[in-house]
Amino acid sequence: MIRLNGWSAIVILAAIGIFLAYGGARALGEVGFWTLVTGSEWYPTIAEPRFGFVPLLIGSAAVTITAIFLSMPVSLAAAVFISEFANKRVKEVAKSIIEFMAAVPSVVYGLIGIAIVVPGVKEAFNLDSGLNAMSGAIVLAFMIAPTIVSISEDALHAVPNDLRQGSLALGNTRWQTTYKVVLPSASSGVLAAVMLGMGRAIGETMAVLMLTGNAARIPGSLFESVRTITGTIAAEMGNVVQGGLHQSVLFTLGLVLFAITFLINLVADLVLEKQRRRWRR
Amino acid sequence: MNRIKRARTIQTVAVGITGAAAAFIIAAALFLLVYIVVRGAPAISWEFLTDVPRKQMKEGGILPAIVGTLALTLGTAAFALPIGVAAGIYLSEYAPRGRSTRLIRLAISNMAGVPSIVYGLFGLALFVILLDLGKSILAGALTLACLTLPVIITATEEALRQIPSDLRQASLALGATRWRTIYRIVLPAAAPGIVTGSILGLSRAAGETAPILFTAAVYYKRQMPDSVFADVMVLPYHIFILATQVTGRPDDIIWGTALVLVGGVTAISVAAATWRSIQRRKVRW
Repeated sequence: MIRLNGWSAIVILAAIGIFLAYGGARALGEVGFWTLVTGSEWYPTIAEPRFGFVPLLIGSAAVTITAIFLSMPVSLAAAVFISEFANKRVKEVAKSIIEFMAAVPSVVYGLIGIAIVVPGVKEAFNLDSGLNAMSGAIVLAFMIAPTIVSISEDALHAVPNDLRQGSLALGNTRWQTTYKVVLPSASSGVLAAVMLGMGRAIGETMAVLMLTGNAARIPGSLFESVRTITGTIAAEMGNVVQGGLHQSVLFTLGLVLFAITFLINLVADLVLEKQRRRWRR
Repeated sequence: MNRIKRARTIQTVAVGITGAAAAFIIAAALFLLVYIVVRGAPAISWEFLTDVPRKQMKEGGILPAIVGTLALTLGTAAFALPIGVAAGIYLSEYAPRGRSTRLIRLAISNMAGVPSIVYGLFGLALFVILLDLGKSILAGALTLACLTLPVIITATEEALRQIPSDLRQASLALGATRWRTIYRIVLPAAAPGIVTGSILGLSRAAGETAPILFTAAVYYKRQMPDSVFADVMVLPYHIFILATQVTGRPDDIIWGTALVLVGGVTAISVAAATWRSIQRRKVRW
């Protein structure tokens, strides 16, 4: 009985894949996977609807990659400071504040984005509207910071102290030790942290939906409105005919998103596990 | 000598830069907190917390959304706690070291990374359509339970692992069965950790919007839910609707709602964490 519960995670994970595929079966049959994934137009509600995922995939990629580029340098530097240079008290305070940051609901991040970031981006870059990929990416960068900071801090913290002491004994400064010994030893864990941050960014829905403007076309720059995979599902699923083709296409889109995040998480978890084993020896 | 000096300078600069980065993130988090409080506080009043929305949601209170969020969260706990705690017990106390256990662990951490909107689609397909629960508290709670499960499993397992094996062996040596040992000795000792971890997970679930978009949440409803098959207003969805769909955004109501949500979630989390640390101080292994 208890064993059965133990397997619940695997059962649910498999069920998610199965039910998304089941929901998307009609679209996969009638439109075809290849046409969906390579189609460059998304007009789901016109008389002869076109279901091409490319604008949405590009939208998600633009927002995610920008967010990672904005968030990664600051988050990694902060993780290095918290793990290597901060004293115990600062460390604890910093960790609990960052935990609070992770617990703020995404819809609230979206709200703050509307209030501060959207007008700010509009002003700073002299645009007609601040609802674009850049605004979404800036808010996302803050949202994924807790993930990147806490997981890479864990990875740095897991490096055995012997290594640090050995390096310091050879006359290296603490920064040289961090830079030449600790960071390289923890590099795979840090990489996993960034990947998990990326997974969160791709899957983030509400804030992105509220901030990116949601025009489903291939953007020319980061200052144009984009529509992400998640935003499309959230915005359109409420208005579709039950059992209709459009609904089925949205399930397929969900399946694509699930596959992407599943792979990212799987690789990141394997990397983390490998690293954990290495230090246990 | 010069090289040493240079290395020291670089060290100072590096600590400065990384420290500034940490300070920036912490400042951002604090700003978030202060901003929500400052903008939300003016709207908070007894009427706001106990009245229904009026005038196309531009006036009145948010009681139905508060009740809806509480109902959903309690429902989530009812489904996620038994399964999650049982799974945590299995992993910590029974699971053999080996391939299958490794696979389970991978699945749990992978589940934690599945986007919340995907859980929403899953809930729509399985609970709303196939099981024909419709848009309801029940369907929403089941969906949120799936999303919360990995947090509860991990919290339970970690709490159980911190109980020293002496306790288990002493109990077994007295002739207790394995299950009796777990049930009477290990579980009570691990309870604070399990409860706190679960509350943290559940308070996360209370703030989710994407999973309940298609499974539980409605735009506007004055009546309180009368059964688990009723759809409900919920706080996060109410914020989303007010901020994006209602013309002439009623700013104070939006921020008031955000403060109620963030304040409630944070207060419960902090209370749970404090309780755990008090309990921990009481018992020393």
